[in-house]
Amino acid sequence: MSTQEAVSREAHAHAASQSFIRKYIFSLDHKVIGIQYYFLALTAVTVGMFLSLLMRIHLIWPAAVLPLIGEIKPEAYLSLLTMHGTIMVFFVLTTAPQGGFGNYFLPIQIGAPDMAFPVLNMLSFWTTFLGFVVMVAAFFVQGGAPLHGWTGYAPLSAVQSTGPGEGLGADLWIISIAIFCIGALMGSLNFITTTLDMRAKGMSLMRMPLTCWAWFITAILGLLAFGVLLSGGILLLLDRNIGTSFYVPLITVNGQLTGHKGGSPLLWQHLFWFFGHPEVYIAILPAMGLASQLLSVFSRKPIFGYKAMVYAMLSIGFLGFMVWGHHMFMSGMSPYTAFAFSLMTMAIGVPSAIKTFNWLGTLLHGRIRFHSPMLFAIGFVSLFVSGGISGPFLAQPVLDIQLHDTYFVPAHFHLIMGVASIFGIFAATYYWFPKMFGRMMSESLARWHFWFSLIGTYAIFMPMHYLGMAGHPRRYSQLTEVAYLHGLLPLQKFITYAAFVTIAGQLIFIFNLFWSMKFGEKASDNPWQATTLEWITATPPPHDNFGGHTPVVHNGPYEYNVPGAASDFVMQTDPEIAATH
Amino acid sequence: MASFPTTATVDSRISSDGVRLPPVVLGGNGRPDSGGPDYPTRLRRARLGLLVALTPVFMLFVSFTSAYLVRQGLPSLDPATNSLVSDWISVRLPVLLFFNTTILLLSSVAMEFARHRARIVFVEDVARSSANGFPWLGITLSLGLCFLYGQWLAWRQLAASGFYITTTPSSSFVYLLTGAHAVHLFGGILVLVASCLASFLGFSATRRSIVVDITAWYWHFMTVLWVYILCLLEFAR
Amino acid sequence: MGLVLLIVIWLITLLSTYFFLAKTWWLPVGASAIAPAIDHHFVTTFVLMGIVFVAAQISLGYLAWRYRDSGSSSQKVVYSHGNTKLEVIWTALTAVLFIGLNLMSSSIWASERFRPAAADSVRVEVTGMQFAWYFRYPGPDGKFGATRPELEDASAGGESALGLDPRDPASKDDVVTGVMVVPVNREVEVILRAHDVIHSFFVPAMRFKQDAVPGLAIRMHFTPTQTGDFEIACAELCGLGHYKMHGIVRVVSPDEYDKWLAAREAEKQ
Repeated sequence: MSTQEAVSREAHAHAASQSFIRKYIFSLDHKVIGIQYYFLALTAVTVGMFLSLLMRIHLIWPAAVLPLIGEIKPEAYLSLLTMHGTIMVFFVLTTAPQGGFGNYFLPIQIGAPDMAFPVLNMLSFWTTFLGFVVMVAAFFVQGGAPLHGWTGYAPLSAVQSTGPGEGLGADLWIISIAIFCIGALMGSLNFITTTLDMRAKGMSLMRMPLTCWAWFITAILGLLAFGVLLSGGILLLLDRNIGTSFYVPLITVNGQLTGHKGGSPLLWQHLFWFFGHPEVYIAILPAMGLASQLLSVFSRKPIFGYKAMVYAMLSIGFLGFMVWGHHMFMSGMSPYTAFAFSLMTMAIGVPSAIKTFNWLGTLLHGRIRFHSPMLFAIGFVSLFVSGGISGPFLAQPVLDIQLHDTYFVPAHFHLIMGVASIFGIFAATYYWFPKMFGRMMSESLARWHFWFSLIGTYAIFMPMHYLGMAGHPRRYSQLTEVAYLHGLLPLQKFITYAAFVTIAGQLIFIFNLFWSMKFGEKASDNPWQATTLEWITATPPPHDNFGGHTPVVHNGPYEYNVPGAASDFVMQTDPEIAATH
Repeated sequence: MASFPTTATVDSRISSDGVRLPPVVLGGNGRPDSGGPDYPTRLRRARLGLLVALTPVFMLFVSFTSAYLVRQGLPSLDPATNSLVSDWISVRLPVLLFFNTTILLLSSVAMEFARHRARIVFVEDVARSSANGFPWLGITLSLGLCFLYGQWLAWRQLAASGFYITTTPSSSFVYLLTGAHAVHLFGGILVLVASCLASFLGFSATRRSIVVDITAWYWHFMTVLWVYILCLLEFAR
Repeated sequence: MGLVLLIVIWLITLLSTYFFLAKTWWLPVGASAIAPAIDHHFVTTFVLMGIVFVAAQISLGYLAWRYRDSGSSSQKVVYSHGNTKLEVIWTALTAVLFIGLNLMSSSIWASERFRPAAADSVRVEVTGMQFAWYFRYPGPDGKFGATRPELEDASAGGESALGLDPRDPASKDDVVTGVMVVPVNREVEVILRAHDVIHSFFVPAMRFKQDAVPGLAIRMHFTPTQTGDFEIACAELCGLGHYKMHGIVRVVSPDEYDKWLAAREAEKQ
């Protein structure tokens, strides 16, 4: 037999005999698991978007009676917003970029045949899936889903009688998050061990693509943060069900003493935000890594300042653990502590600014190709800038007095974390779809999707800054009671109409995704002419990624338009150019 | 990261078009693998994985510690007097806990012997481990179960002296910290049982060796953690 | 496509900046002593960050168009891995901008929050509960009487809602109202409490916000500088009635305040 056949046969020897269940349901192959995570996130984002649609409708037509759903009561609005936030943050933003694309492409980009612990990888997906099922179940139990917001502040979340939905629904919410924590920790374990121990020969840490750095740092953040969330959640479950008083002081609810005393509501806030702040970096770092990647590939130029980008991501990760108090400036925390946290928060703006300058520097003197992944990468930079600019307002306690818990805050985090990260997911999909499914997605549909999304999300979230400055508090189910809000209704209406249009535009993406899997134009192995290791594999990659060969790396990941090279890109495995420069 | 060399090559293999095929690597189980890593690599990787896995466990107990210390110093508003009062009542720990600690320390010693015994040595390219003579694993397992039972008894003693989980904030933390530790130790016990039944479960010698090694380190971490919890509850009250 | 990107990004930038500059929707008129300082710093931050915003977005759009692949072989790509000197410069500039802004605002924060209220300030205890605000004045004896959670009865309003303990002599003269009346140009000390969950006392016109946390009595202060009715909006999610938990701060002349308070205190005799 020929070389190819022999090697291929060996590589597929044990894979061939697998049943459908072993191959697609309980697969140990990181690529299959990555796709499973992706479709879980896709399901979650559909649910999350639908919830936000209902929220937007209720805000401007509070008395509306909707088909199938009926009238949305104020407590139902609060449940919608709680579940919208929770599902989006955990099951979309922490799932698709890391569990989805990270799982699929980290091993390949570093030249490994799989993750370090494939069985654990499979378990981590099914654990996350279980978490999602439990979360959705909260809608269907007595009392419905909780109404305490994705931040779940005690005592509202710690005592069952504080409102409808705070019974079994809230318990399921906590349990779901606890299950999610376990799944995420298992994932982090794999990512870190794989990155440290399974890089191919020549793939030094400083030759890794920035996507790998991002996944690696994100995994470390998760490793340190999810344990704290778990501890907070355990204490909350105990307060709610056993009667301990970790978070609950002496209070009366509906005229009844609750039997708790001495607890501290601020303790929950500290534990939650110690997790919660790193969580927002977990949500955005993979997209930052990908933006760096795509801007380089599609400008045909190395990333500007690779080392600075790595140090910036490391600083963001490190500093991210020191700023959690900026969510608590108005909480009753000491003003001196607030000052300390605000200084750290301004500091963390610096590495983010460095990254932005470097993204712009990558475009400078490049040769830009506007394929769909690039459009979304450029859109990402724009959104990241917009969302980032509102940060320094909130980071200063004296301005936060006015802006805390107003619409200014969701304006900030939706732009910089929500939409920017989603643009990262879209960019990743358009970019890696050819490698995953062997076909190209439709470019023209992608462009429609891009314009709907970019213009639409700006139309939704830019006006929220104005609402916040005018004093519109968050989490109000309607504007009918507080007098000074009446004048802001037209702006809310505009936002709702913008949301209708933007959400409709996402259908283009869904259609494109599924249609292209079957009917998309067949893709070559390296349609974007990129240099990183996933583009030397077959399409889709075989079970062990490299068909029995282990790649040997000679170059960094961004060797485009190298002076003296034959073509405008040099693969990481190409030994020729390594010798010349 | 340094990588260990492969342990052996079988025959040289030439394909039909005259190209030397990549050598068959003898995996750590002494059988030809389809390119899997060798024993030292797998051991190193497993240990790295354990180190990473212990980090969130560490963070969990760091959070509990932080909550414990902060709660101790926190006054609460007494509406009747409109003033801030402290409501922390120290819990006297049952003496049994110190006895349990000794049991756990002994179990760690036994576990370490077991780990040494399970180490793999390569003799003429075949993996061998020391004879499974003395039942160190079994001893560890028994002592571990004794410890858990002792913890259960200690809880009963606490309850008998009036301290249930909801009685005072301090008692809540005693149950929380000891309970969380017990849950994690029980996880270690389940893996120990799996190691004891290794031959029944079809583990290869190398796989069993790695499992015992990892379990041993985990077990030692649990022992150190327990000593820490005891010191925290005893001295920081 | 490069041109379209430039146009869209520039348009979005200019449109949003326009509405900020035109103050179409803006901070409400400030009615407290701290408002001018806060508003001035808001504008400073706004101008500086606005310049960065516009510059970054304009550059992005420009670069996307200017360096588009023109298809011609004469278009040269500059192979560069970066420029350390530039990195250092813009890192330093950013740090100076951010830290500088923060230090500027810290002096306002310190003046507001690092000192307790003046000795002769008007003391009002503000209590939040699902879903109303109550205000308590200490009365002629200057002492707030004891409250007991067991005595709380929200349906009866006023003293009963707060759970005022009639056995405490200090509580006999306490005045409880549903509207917060304060005199203009005198410092007001609020003592924030909550009965059930966390609420937040937010008076946009006063540039005042503070969470009311059960189990704590948080002391803060502000000085109203204009008379009128100013709305309070609860700014911390507190349950299904969060959207309707509002109230009024009524700022009146000192004479009117004295008359009002005297009348209410007289009712308690």
